[in-house]
Amino acid sequence: MVQFSGARLDASFAALSDATRRGILERLGIADASITDLAGKFRMTLTGMKKHVGVLEQAGLVTTEKVGRVRTCKLGLRRLEEEAAWIERYRQLWDARFDELDKVVEELKQKEKVDGRKKRQ
Amino acid sequence: MDVRKDSERTSMKNRTTVERKSDRELVVTRTFNAPARIVFEAWTRPELFKQWWVPKSMGMFLRSCEMDVRVGGRYRLVFGHDVSSPDEFFGRYIEVTPHSRLVWTNDEGGDGGSVTTVTFEEKDGKTLLVLRELYPSKEALDAAGTGAADALVETFEQLDELLVTLDASVGRP
Repeated sequence: MVQFSGARLDASFAALSDATRRGILERLGIADASITDLAGKFRMTLTGMKKHVGVLEQAGLVTTEKVGRVRTCKLGLRRLEEEAAWIERYRQLWDARFDELDKVVEELKQKEKVDGRKKRQ
Repeated sequence: MDVRKDSERTSMKNRTTVERKSDRELVVTRTFNAPARIVFEAWTRPELFKQWWVPKSMGMFLRSCEMDVRVGGRYRLVFGHDVSSPDEFFGRYIEVTPHSRLVWTNDEGGDGGSVTTVTFEEKDGKTLLVLRELYPSKEALDAAGTGAADALVETFEQLDELLVTLDASVGRP
């Protein structure tokens, strides 16, 4: 039902094409972590890790939040789920509206039929 | 209400789909089992429009509905008392092509307002309706989505309470 734009999919696939970034997602699937934690675990410089996290963040796969000096990273999938949820609620609103519109349209159709018959008589 | 007709309608119910086409645009589609001129009429005559725009499940009612459906004409919808949502929705029609296309602005939110385009495409006596809501920015769409969804959930939550109130007021002068 929910379709994401091509640009967003491109960004997701580009982000997932790198083994380190897939590793970061696996890590974050277990627990949230700071950039420093991740850099340590993947034996990388802070700058290098920031770049990878930046790519994942752009693709919406990771979200980060800075509290004080520590930037904490977490999986961003929840955001996608939240978006899917509000789009579904939006769809339900239109669906309910259109069910009512069906009734109005049906009445107009019936009226047209009756009026047409009257004209022919 | 004719029960038989109701069940026929259920079996023929058409699907409503929503797609987020881009960061700024939402697209709603639905087919109606009637010619475009009839569906268009239901969108452009206020006395018909107000019969369906606010479904009962929203727990709100339209206090007034003014629509001057012509290019440059204004519309204004005023809702019954409900704290969880804005009381008024208003804007301007910027395109009116009978039986095929309607475009209006949504100005109640100021600069962040969307532009709504509705097209009616008739085929074999049925009408495919496509509604596009284009926001000025991704942030505006996200804000509207979250706001509308929250309002809707709140409305559903308040529905029981509201029904009790309505029930109690029935029969009073």
